[in-house]
Amino acid sequence: MEILSLLADGFAVALTPQNLFLAVIGCFLGTLMGALPGLGPANGVAILIPIAFSLGLGPTPSLILLTSVYYGAMYGGRISSILLNIPGDEPAMMTCLDGYPMAQQGKAGEALSLSGVASFVGAFVATCGLVLLAPQLVKIALLFGPAEYFVLFTVAFATLGGISSTNQAKSAFAAALGLGIAMIGSDSQTGSQRFTFDHIHLYDGIDFLIAIVGLFALSEVFIFLEHHRGGAAASGGAAKVGRILPDFGMIKRCIPSMARGTGLGFFAGVLPGAGASLGSFLAYSLEKQAVDHDGKTFGKGDPRGVAAPEAGNNAASGGALVPMLALGVPGSGTTAVLLAVLLQLNITPGPLLFTKNPDVVWGLIAALFLANFILLAMNIPLVGIFTRVLMVPTRILMPVVAMISFVGIYSITGSTFDVMLMVGFGVAGWLLRKLDVPLVPIILGILLGNQMEVNLRRAMTISDGDWLTLVGSPLAIILWAIAITGFVLPMLMGRRVKRRMEAARNEEEFVGD
Amino acid sequence: MSDRIFGAFGLALAIFYIWAATTIKDSFMVDVVGPRAFPYIVGTVLGLTSIWFMIRPDKEPQWPVLNDLAEIVFATAVMLLYGWALPEVGFVIATVFATAYLTWRLGTAPLWALVTGLATSVGIYVTFHLILGLHLAKGPLGF
Repeated sequence: MEILSLLADGFAVALTPQNLFLAVIGCFLGTLMGALPGLGPANGVAILIPIAFSLGLGPTPSLILLTSVYYGAMYGGRISSILLNIPGDEPAMMTCLDGYPMAQQGKAGEALSLSGVASFVGAFVATCGLVLLAPQLVKIALLFGPAEYFVLFTVAFATLGGISSTNQAKSAFAAALGLGIAMIGSDSQTGSQRFTFDHIHLYDGIDFLIAIVGLFALSEVFIFLEHHRGGAAASGGAAKVGRILPDFGMIKRCIPSMARGTGLGFFAGVLPGAGASLGSFLAYSLEKQAVDHDGKTFGKGDPRGVAAPEAGNNAASGGALVPMLALGVPGSGTTAVLLAVLLQLNITPGPLLFTKNPDVVWGLIAALFLANFILLAMNIPLVGIFTRVLMVPTRILMPVVAMISFVGIYSITGSTFDVMLMVGFGVAGWLLRKLDVPLVPIILGILLGNQMEVNLRRAMTISDGDWLTLVGSPLAIILWAIAITGFVLPMLMGRRVKRRMEAARNEEEFVGD
Repeated sequence: MSDRIFGAFGLALAIFYIWAATTIKDSFMVDVVGPRAFPYIVGTVLGLTSIWFMIRPDKEPQWPVLNDLAEIVFATAVMLLYGWALPEVGFVIATVFATAYLTWRLGTAPLWALVTGLATSVGIYVTFHLILGLHLAKGPLGF
């Protein structure tokens, strides 16, 4: 009951005209970014953070805008998967398998509306799950002392590579690189200058927004330049949609698939280091096992093969918000970017957020519910607008993305040095992507580095320099066990899972063509 | 081979990082661990993983051919130049040329590239500066 009254307060915040307007704008921009290949939830939100910040929006309105973009991008990713067989973002990959064959059979409209409904179901149930689960997790989190927090951050880094990671050393390298960058500037505990080399621009440290926009958005521009991919995603008549009215019989038949996909997706989202891609993969492959064991219809345009992964992917994106809000530890790239939003607004996520800023948390959650309804409306009757966007050639789009990145960074820092630093991060991001070094641990390292160190030093001060305090409580030992399992398991099975993910895709393409 | 070079570079970075950490001066405030311990841990992880890359490199990534590599180098140069030019010539003029360059390299015909650059620059200026009130670089001409 307490939750309901808190939620009612949240709706009072979210339903003010300004916030409602921001939610609509955010949903629209998000769907757009999700639909366009090359712009996903992470870099979409990254570009908009500095802009939302320099607009002088308050914490709750900024959060509403940016999480609406996040949810919107998750909805939008399916559009180009279905119409063009090109996933708009990574989690939408599995939707290609049955969505594109459906489009080829002239059922693109049905596939789009079905996947819109599936996205809605997944995201809506996951938001309910967030409401129920996050406060429980907060209760556990209140038992954490500095030592446990330090181990919890270690868990986040150890599991971030995810089960499909093929080279854990590279994830660890990336995390250390990010943590190392976070150390630059004056030490928060004693005020000593560290790694500044008497360079005045470095005294305050490196702003994480510069790193995020450079690594995520600019490196994408470099990838496009390298491959000279300047054409439009959709050429000519490829983006024909046909009948957009949902086929209610089909939707009804897919309800069990959506339910299973939602459950699996939410579970995958809450787990550290799994995220939306794994959510949709699990939902698709288990759905195939469950209803089409002989492989007769899946991959040939089975609507259940569209509903399950879309529900899974959107449920996972809601689930991923649970550890981010309750513990302050994000489990995926996009939630890491949302953590950056909170830190930029001087809000520390974690258990105290729920008691200290209930208006922020519950306003955000209410906004997520609203965003779902707005997105359902945008994604079924208005889907035609977004398909038209796919015809904008990337040779125009990518320079615009680059310029908006520059505008954002320049408008908050006003410094040429920072703009050049961002270009440096962009090139580094391109190089690291070539070398298969994941970028998300770098971002997370920059974001969490100082907190991780502060907790370590606090724990040490309390224990008077005894390092054994890090394994001093049962909770800490359990967390260490999770960290070690999460780091070692992918070494044993990462290659196999990754191969299966790729094999699933290739095999289906072969059948589909 | 790429991973070995990368590993060597990473190891050099780690050694430099640890050396730089040893030069951190203590201030009048002290705690048990001090400002150097965590950087030492981070530097060690950097170094160990880099050594691992040298021992067990992954298979070679797909490097771009020389022409495409030049593309990246020139684009970087243009962006750095853009960063430098922003306060010198103002947002609108700098953005016209930077956008024109990028869209030209992605395949727009030269004249159209200039038109695209102009449209993008004015579009961003109107949306972000005039409507949303963001602070953009001012040149000698005031825009």
